[in-house]
Amino acid sequence: MTTIVDYGMGNLGSLVNMLRRVGVKAVVESNPSAISSATKLILPGVGAFDAAMQRINGVPGLREVLDRKAIEERTPILGVCLGMQLLTNSSEEGQLGGLGWIAGTARRFPRDGRLKVPHMGWNIAHPGLPSPLTAGVGLEPRYYFVHSYYVLVDEPAHSLMRSEYGVQFDAAIARDNVFGVQFHPEKSHRFGMQILANFAAL
Amino acid sequence: MSSLRTRIIPVLLLRGESLVKTTRFGKFTYVGDPCNTVRIFNELEVDELLFLDITATPEGRGPNLPLLADIASECFMPLGYGGGIRSLDDAKSVFDIGFEKVAVNSASLVQPRLLTDIAQTYGSQAVIASVDVKTNVFGKPSVRIEAGRRNTDRDPVLWAVEMERRGAGELLLTSIDREGSWNGFDLGLIRSVADAVSVPVIAHGGAGSIGHIGEAVHCGRASAVALGSMVVFQKKGMGVLVNFPDARELHATLEGR
Repeated sequence: MTTIVDYGMGNLGSLVNMLRRVGVKAVVESNPSAISSATKLILPGVGAFDAAMQRINGVPGLREVLDRKAIEERTPILGVCLGMQLLTNSSEEGQLGGLGWIAGTARRFPRDGRLKVPHMGWNIAHPGLPSPLTAGVGLEPRYYFVHSYYVLVDEPAHSLMRSEYGVQFDAAIARDNVFGVQFHPEKSHRFGMQILANFAAL
Repeated sequence: MSSLRTRIIPVLLLRGESLVKTTRFGKFTYVGDPCNTVRIFNELEVDELLFLDITATPEGRGPNLPLLADIASECFMPLGYGGGIRSLDDAKSVFDIGFEKVAVNSASLVQPRLLTDIAQTYGSQAVIASVDVKTNVFGKPSVRIEAGRRNTDRDPVLWAVEMERRGAGELLLTSIDREGSWNGFDLGLIRSVADAVSVPVIAHGGAGSIGHIGEAVHCGRASAVALGSMVVFQKKGMGVLVNFPDARELHATLEGR
């Protein structure tokens, strides 16, 4: 069962709605033992990095279950928006460590007044390395973004799509069974639908 | 530069279970059933949708949640809702359904903390301060609340700055005088507010052509543009037709590409 991890941060209703549209029955779960039986995991998230990590670390057993699913069981996991930033090592937004499954960091967009922060709206993500997650998205798919911090992965091989907003950043990342998208696929029409359908088909 | 597109946002007015379009906040024209209309906008792949329940506050009630849930299940784009948001719980129930932004208008006057509370819980990006402005016979603009019925005598620029200070992530700036007129935006009003705040300003009220949209962005310095009549009527004075300006022409005008 595709399971959306509910750790108290993020807009889960719209993810469920779009998954239903692509024919995937998803459940929303906060209980680590229920999460441990998932066949696929989606890690959503809207809000601050430390607040999210505190919640994940604060539910007894949740962090352990997530680490086991990601590293030992190699369950496909998709981090969305803040959920993607949590996959990395750290963020300039907070002090706590991230999940650390994909080496990289989240950095603050420059606030020099030239561009408004957050980066909010529709932007193009340029596909780079081929991946089952981004199969069939076309040359210049556009997605809806809302974020004030951007991710740069350490290894170029872990970057799937790149976007630009004052700086170039990683819009989609992957390492083995762990995937992340900075944008909101559930709010990105057929462009996002393709990503979620691809994830569901993994 | 950036490849970020200027957001063009249809604003849809709910009155009971129907969609309507108004002129200067009065003269209601029936547009259609919300869910059918939303399906069309979904197929047109519009950037974002904003729903305003214009009778919620006058009727003293909160959001029509069953209707909003139906809308959200059809929509795969960013969704905003305004109308009768009077508490953090009202906002929460709208977010839980699958909307990502709420607009707060009348309640900001009597509950100075509300906008801040929502922003602190859900982030500023989830809060739109909706500011309705009407000009008096002497040409002086002031902020109106309660669907335009009550004059607050507040200066729009000062009020907008106050809304940003309280935590609004963007401002929906509506000119009541231009709303439904097809005559173009109040560029002076938009510019005065956009220059005074650092959050995005969504210009609303008066759009009748792609040229007007370009003016709001280039002369008014709006970050985004809201469309009402243009997306629900064929032309000024003509029948209902849910539509959206040609994306190529629109973005050639806005971003020059």
